[in-house]
Amino acid sequence: MNILVVIEHSQGSIHRLSKEAIVGAQNLGDTVTALVIGDGSEETISFLKGCDIERVLTVDHELVESYNADGYSEIVRQVIETISPEIVIAGHTYQTRDFMPRVSAKLRIPFIPDVVSVNNNSYIKQVLNAKLNAEISSLADQFILSFQSAAFSEEGLKLGSCDSEVYKPSLDLSVVRSTSEEPFQEEAGDVDLESAELLVSVGRGIEKEENISMAFDLAKVIGAEVSASRPVVDSGWIESFRQVGSSGSNVAPKLYFSLGISGAIQHVVGMKGAKSILAINKDPDAPIFEIADYAVIGDVLEIVPRLIEALDKS
Amino acid sequence: MKIAVLVKQVPGSESSLPINESNDWIDESSITYVMNPPDNFALEEALIIKEKMGSGEIVVVSMGPSRVQKVIREGLAKGADRGIHIQEDENTETDPLTISERFTEALKSENFDLILTGLQSDDTGMGQTGVLIGEMLGFSTATLVIETDLKQDKIRVKRELESGWFQWVELPLPASISIQSGLNTPRYPSLKGIMSAKKKEIKTFSTSNLARGAKIQAIDKIFIPTASKQTEVIDGELDHVVGRIIDIMKSEVKVI
Repeated sequence: MNILVVIEHSQGSIHRLSKEAIVGAQNLGDTVTALVIGDGSEETISFLKGCDIERVLTVDHELVESYNADGYSEIVRQVIETISPEIVIAGHTYQTRDFMPRVSAKLRIPFIPDVVSVNNNSYIKQVLNAKLNAEISSLADQFILSFQSAAFSEEGLKLGSCDSEVYKPSLDLSVVRSTSEEPFQEEAGDVDLESAELLVSVGRGIEKEENISMAFDLAKVIGAEVSASRPVVDSGWIESFRQVGSSGSNVAPKLYFSLGISGAIQHVVGMKGAKSILAINKDPDAPIFEIADYAVIGDVLEIVPRLIEALDKS
Repeated sequence: MKIAVLVKQVPGSESSLPINESNDWIDESSITYVMNPPDNFALEEALIIKEKMGSGEIVVVSMGPSRVQKVIREGLAKGADRGIHIQEDENTETDPLTISERFTEALKSENFDLILTGLQSDDTGMGQTGVLIGEMLGFSTATLVIETDLKQDKIRVKRELESGWFQWVELPLPASISIQSGLNTPRYPSLKGIMSAKKKEIKTFSTSNLARGAKIQAIDKIFIPTASKQTEVIDGELDHVVGRIIDIMKSEVKVI
């Protein structure tokens, strides 16, 4: 089985999910080619040359010095046509989501995204807000997969050695129509979620903005920091720097106190490193309970005030 | 400025989700449907763009059986000008490519300047349709957009990257943009809006008239995920629940 892995790197280093994608490729096939596009990839290329894969292809072109969907999708299309892999693999990153569907449309091959595990020739992804899983398969001989965080563990990476070759794409300004400015970071709050030992985290189950204070009250009593899932941030009820998950922080507290969070994969990837997870949710089918150590099936709005009261007394 | 907003009708987050007899999707007869929440942000962004420009046309487009006309009407009630319903009675949930081909077929003669979509659907969560249709129509594309700034013949968008990073990208029009949730506050329809929506046009395309490429991806099975951890379930009287939580924090996790 011939596999192409599309690698992502930024500020010189390889993306964590790209490493896991290589492990996935090593598990699924025997001839693995890694493709690295763009400037400043020396460290990434030398890392890949130390992996047990067939070869590394590198693309350096003035039109893809910085990432753009036009250029990346066209280069990946050309590489696929040149080396004819059966499967194309990438990490399920924001960048993959931005350009990989265009590769799928250009070649009319399916793109099965956000895969959490593999079962023979079926690829499992979460559906319906993570309440159910679906086994999806390709009806075409050639297809694209993107692996969600921890579908494969980086510890399974097989080391070896291989050479790198330069791939010369054909690319011009009729293809690359968009212009990207330099990425930047916005001012963060003074809250360090990633090193917090104890987190009280709120989700949609808190129901109303005025109930958010309940989480802060509980956090104060037990000496915790307050974090949140995306829907609460999107509603404007809490600052975005408090967000945990794929577009926020990765946290690893001793206890993650989850209040009314359903537990979609985008949230779970950011908090499953917690040593203990205590989840309160009134929906017994909430996916958060699959990873919780302690599952409290009940209403956050009833339990938390009583808990604060009891803690105050003791 | 002619803007298409693609909206999907999906099961509401509170809806029950019984698995169907063939185990390959949910039993749609007992589902409560809503407008896909991310699409609501895309619709609001279109309404804001039109208000800023002072002119333009917003067309709400949805694919599915007759029931999806409800979300089109909802869009019209909020201020969109007309609707397009791509009639599709078969279950097409599995295949973003053939879905996008049908959208492309129905949309190409409209010559839109801008197509807006939500970042993904709450049901299958494939997160591709807007980009696929953009590529098929030869539009420029961008995803996870949290701010838009429309110029004469181009659009500047602020994209969310990972871990708190952002990037501005400038795209020539026509463009297909997928909107990140949370960038605006979707409005509720006014009574006047609801009344006037009844008179607005919804054009129906029957998919038998549209090109139909072979399906290339399939859902083989739907199942309830199994727990990956030993979980202690705490329920019963409120006092018991509270007592047990305090006990866990004191003597098991030892954080207080």
